[in-house]
Amino acid sequence: MPNSIFEDKINKDLKIEPRDEMPDGYRSHLIRQMSQHAHSEIIGMQPEGNWITRAPSLRSKMILLAKVQDEAGHGLYLYSACETLGITREQMIEELQTGKAKYSSIFNYPTLTWADIGAIGWLVDGAAIVNQVSLQKTSYGPYSRAMIKICKEESFHQRQGYEIICTLAKGTDEQKQMAQDALNRWWWPSIMMFGPHDKDSNRSEKALNWKIKRESNDSLRQSFINKTVPQAELIGLKVPDEKLKWNEKTNHYDFGDIDWEEFWNVVNGKGLCNKERIEHHKKAHNEGEWVREAAVAYSEKKLNKKVA
Amino acid sequence: MSNNLILWEVFIQSKVNLPYKHVGNVHASDSEMALQNARDLYTRRNEGTSIWVVESKNIIASNPDESEAFFDPANDKIYRHPTFYDLPDGVKHI
Repeated sequence: MPNSIFEDKINKDLKIEPRDEMPDGYRSHLIRQMSQHAHSEIIGMQPEGNWITRAPSLRSKMILLAKVQDEAGHGLYLYSACETLGITREQMIEELQTGKAKYSSIFNYPTLTWADIGAIGWLVDGAAIVNQVSLQKTSYGPYSRAMIKICKEESFHQRQGYEIICTLAKGTDEQKQMAQDALNRWWWPSIMMFGPHDKDSNRSEKALNWKIKRESNDSLRQSFINKTVPQAELIGLKVPDEKLKWNEKTNHYDFGDIDWEEFWNVVNGKGLCNKERIEHHKKAHNEGEWVREAAVAYSEKKLNKKVA
Repeated sequence: MSNNLILWEVFIQSKVNLPYKHVGNVHASDSEMALQNARDLYTRRNEGTSIWVVESKNIIASNPDESEAFFDPANDKIYRHPTFYDLPDGVKHI
C-alpha cells in the first residue's frame, strides 16, 4: 500500500498543519497532550502566585509577577495551538474543571516556603525545559511553533529559581536548611514529571512513531538529572537520593527507584492540593463571568451605535 | 458562557520597515481589547513596533490539498529568475 500524504510528511520530517489530513488517533493524542500541557501552565500559576504578596523584596516580587504572567501567556499559546485541532477553549476548560483532562501532577504539591519558589523555577521549570526543547521538533506545526516561543522565554524562569536557591544556600544555616528542605521535597516529584518508565508507558511508542514526542521519558529524565546534579553540588546542596552516583561507563548518573505509587496517587487526585487547585480555577473562572459578559455587552452596544 | 468572544489573528511587525508576521491569535470582545490582549500576550519582550489584528473569519486561505495545482503556474517559468540568463564572462555591474 502506498504511503498517505500524512505518512510521507512524517517520514520526511515535515510539519503537519491544521488543515492537513491526519489520522484520528494523531489528532486525539495531540489534543490530550497539548491541552494537558496548556492546563499545566495555567494551574502552575497557583503555587507561585501563592508567594507574590510575600516575596522578600520588591525585586523578587516584580520578577515573580513577570514569571507568573509568562506562565499565563504560555497557557494561551498552547490553548491557541490546540484550538487549531477543532476543540474549543470552552471545551478544554470544562474538561479541566471536570477532571477529564489532566495537568502536570507537580502542581498538586504545596509551596510552603520562599525556597519552594526557587525550587520550582530551578527544578520544575528545569525539567519542563528539557521536555519542551525536545518538543520544539514535534511533528505538529502549531505545537512546534508554540514550543519555540515558550523555550525562548523559559530560560529566565529557571535562572531566577536557581538564583533564589543560591542566595539561600549562601545564607545563614537556617536559610541553607530551607534551600535543602525545598530540594528534598521537590526533587522526586520533579523527576516524576517525565512520566512512567518507557517500558510502562503505553502511549509513548505511538507518539514517538508519529514524531509527536521526539525522545522517550527515560532519556529526557536522564538528561535532566545529568544537568541538575552538578548544579546542586556547586552550591553545597545534597540531592536526596542515596543511590545517586556518576557512572563512568554510561556517562550518566545512576539513580534510585522512583516511588510510582506516590506518582499515581497524585495523578489520580490524592495529592495534597488537587482539590484546592481545581476549586480555585472554578472560582476565578466563575467570578470573571461578569467581566466577559460586560465586555461582550459593551462591544454590542458600540456596534449598534455605529449602525444607528 | 463566553462563547461570544471573537477570535482574532495577530500579526506583528518586529521592526520598522519589516513585513508583518503572523504570530498567533487572541480571544476578545472587540478590536480594542484584541489589540491590548495581543500586546500583553505577544510583545512582553519588545517583540514588536506595531500590531495588526484581524477577525479570524475574515482570513481566506488557500487549500493545502490543492497546493500543487494552485502554485503550478509558477513552476515552469525559470526565466523569471536572474540566474536563467547567459552573460559574457567579465561583464560587471549587472
